[in-house]
Amino acid sequence: MSEAAHQDYQGSKIGMWLFLFTEFMLFGGLFILYAGSRALNPEAFHEASRELSVPLGVANTVILLTSSLFVAAAITAIQKGNKKLSVLLTGLTASCGALFLVNKGVEWGLKFHHGIYPNGPALAARPQGEALFFGLYFIMTGLHGLHVLAGTVLLTIMAVLLARERVRQDDYVLLENSGLYWHLVDVIWIFLLPLFYLAA
Amino acid sequence: MSYLDPQGGGLGSWLTATDHKRIGLLYLTLMTVFFFVAVGIGVTMRLKHLSGGDYLISAQTYNALFTVHGVIMIFLFVIPGLPAVFGNFFMPILIGARDVAFPRLNLLSWYFFATGATLAVLSLFTGNGPPDTGWTFYVPFSIKTGTNVSLAVFAAFVLGLSSILTGLNFITTIHRMRAPGMTWHRMPLFVWSLYATGWIQVLVTPIIGITLVLVILERFFNIGVFDPAKGGDPVLYQHMFWTYSHPAVYIMIVPAMGVITEIIPTFSRKSIFGYKAIAYSSIAIAGFGSMVWAHHMFTSGMADTADFVFSLLTFIVAVPSAIKVFNWTATLYKGSIEMAPAMLYALSFVFLFAIGGLTGVMQGALGVNVHLHDTYFIVGHFHYVMFGGTGFAFFAALLYWFPKMFGKMYDTKPAYAAWGLMFVGFNMLYFTMLVLGTMGMPRRYYAHLPQFHNAHLVATAGSWLLAAGLLVLFGNFLYALFRGRKAEANPWGGITLEWTIPSPPPQENFAEIPTITAGPYAYNPGRPG
Ligand code: HEM
Ligand SMILES: [Cu+2]
Repeated sequence: MSEAAHQDYQGSKIGMWLFLFTEFMLFGGLFILYAGSRALNPEAFHEASRELSVPLGVANTVILLTSSLFVAAAITAIQKGNKKLSVLLTGLTASCGALFLVNKGVEWGLKFHHGIYPNGPALAARPQGEALFFGLYFIMTGLHGLHVLAGTVLLTIMAVLLARERVRQDDYVLLENSGLYWHLVDVIWIFLLPLFYLAA
Repeated sequence: MSYLDPQGGGLGSWLTATDHKRIGLLYLTLMTVFFFVAVGIGVTMRLKHLSGGDYLISAQTYNALFTVHGVIMIFLFVIPGLPAVFGNFFMPILIGARDVAFPRLNLLSWYFFATGATLAVLSLFTGNGPPDTGWTFYVPFSIKTGTNVSLAVFAAFVLGLSSILTGLNFITTIHRMRAPGMTWHRMPLFVWSLYATGWIQVLVTPIIGITLVLVILERFFNIGVFDPAKGGDPVLYQHMFWTYSHPAVYIMIVPAMGVITEIIPTFSRKSIFGYKAIAYSSIAIAGFGSMVWAHHMFTSGMADTADFVFSLLTFIVAVPSAIKVFNWTATLYKGSIEMAPAMLYALSFVFLFAIGGLTGVMQGALGVNVHLHDTYFIVGHFHYVMFGGTGFAFFAALLYWFPKMFGKMYDTKPAYAAWGLMFVGFNMLYFTMLVLGTMGMPRRYYAHLPQFHNAHLVATAGSWLLAAGLLVLFGNFLYALFRGRKAEANPWGGITLEWTIPSPPPQENFAEIPTITAGPYAYNPGRPG
């Protein structure tokens, strides 16, 4: 019986969409928090936001957008039965994820280097509200980073499953759901970018 | 072969079961144990009030006790209770399916539940003392206290995960796996209530999840999101907390209403009055219920407009609940009522829930709220709703479905006796609390003033009767489990799908998936039973 359930294409999609709703609400809570904190400290947020590197943020946006394109193409490829191309595109998506994480690592590293990290001395010395801005920055981009990591692992697994034909032209819902997940990660980043990098 | 028959592997075959019925029983077992632990703690707290001053336990222990009592009752009993136990067991059967949409995910939810429960217990014995914040984990205290709050909060997070997965599974199952012919308007109303609940679980639980994570992060990194000294705001915590926790009240009560809606037609031999009104009022409660959270914060310092709006919305949410009560009453009207134990408990639900609801509406009024905030009135109110409501619905569900689940019949006399004890004890305990609250007795207080003493004695005596009633009720179930006579397939003359299959149900519920041709409550006078 569970076999039959697993072949329920619609069911799988509904399940995935519901899961995405929950993820969105998870970040929704943080967006409420951000809105509240910003309303309390408009100037501090403005000031602190200047210190984030817009080029690095934009670079990561480009990476994610490109990867979303890759994964969409990977799904089309497997629909058309082009296994090789689909493996390649899925692999490329995962690589973009990894690249995003490296870039994020560099960015965080730079901040750490200047003593800007949770509980760090430089942060404690900041005027009221600025420390909070960076705190939220670490929490929200950190949580997003965890999602990127999860997505990257997921897509890597998908590439393997594609190669082993466990995901195939007549049964590709796993890849499709992974793609949906990846789009979510992308969309959330689109919100984070203006909130943190472009808020100045 | 019934789902209860040994399938090799003993205990292992239960712990790896993906059958929704077995998973339902896994929840039931664990939950009953925790419920009784928390009842024991509740009674201990009441014992303390046999003296107004220092007595029996220390003040710090008292703080830990009401925290643990609250955490267990809320996160381990009333929130998961009906969906996880009876939803799992009966929802697929009620819609004519063989299982839920994602059976393995269902088992995973149980493991999250068990893990969360274990962590909650661990938080009592590790770290620097059991958490003492109350189940609401309010900042700034939850961040400043040295006790083991992080682990307790993490436990609640894991339990939330379990709740989300259950909701996700149920919604998908209800969308995809209804038997042929079972249109939305032929679905039993318990299923409707689970559907509405599923949406609340999926949409609001993540918010408490992230809020709890923030508490942990604050404890470790002092980021200051809730700390005015750093630019944060403690009231923000309360908003985020109640954005979940008020709707969570409906996760507790909507399935309870669903159960009652199954029981009343069966024992009145009548179709439910106002099927669609009941179905849609579940959805309405879920919707409106998500917009009233800040009525918990009238005294926390919000803008006056916010106070006003939330007060108004709170009145509105009472409407769909009232609709249900009217529909139940109309169903009873001129029915041929059989006062079986399940029915008796169901009717007590209506009575107790009405008191809980009315005292809730009272608090929705700003002025009254300011007077009653954080008094025993609140404690009385929420026990009427959660215990008198969800708790009694849980017992009613057990009494109604026990023969089906286990294929055994319990003795009705002890069930009636238990009811008498519980009903009297309950009102002695909690009605007295309502009175104490209006007199000014604050909640969560270790000591009390002499003028409150007599009332405290009454409440404490009530807690003994109540606990005795619970022991009789569950003792009766245990006895029936081992010694009960065999139950028939349909002891109550019910006509929803679960009564058409043997007791206990066979492994895959239906030998052949039924085709549905009529609504679920088509009782008619000519029908036997
Ligand atoms: C025999 C059963 C019970 C007894 C004797 C009992 C007694 C108590 C007492 C004495 C308190 C502390 C009040 C205060 O000092 O503020 C309390 C709090 C509470 N109870 Fe119960 N209770 C029982 C059952 C339940 C049930 C079934 C539920 C939920 C379904 C529940 C939920 C709560 C909650 C949420 C709190 C608040 C804890 C807090 O303040 O953080 N109780 N109960
Ligand atoms: Cu509320």
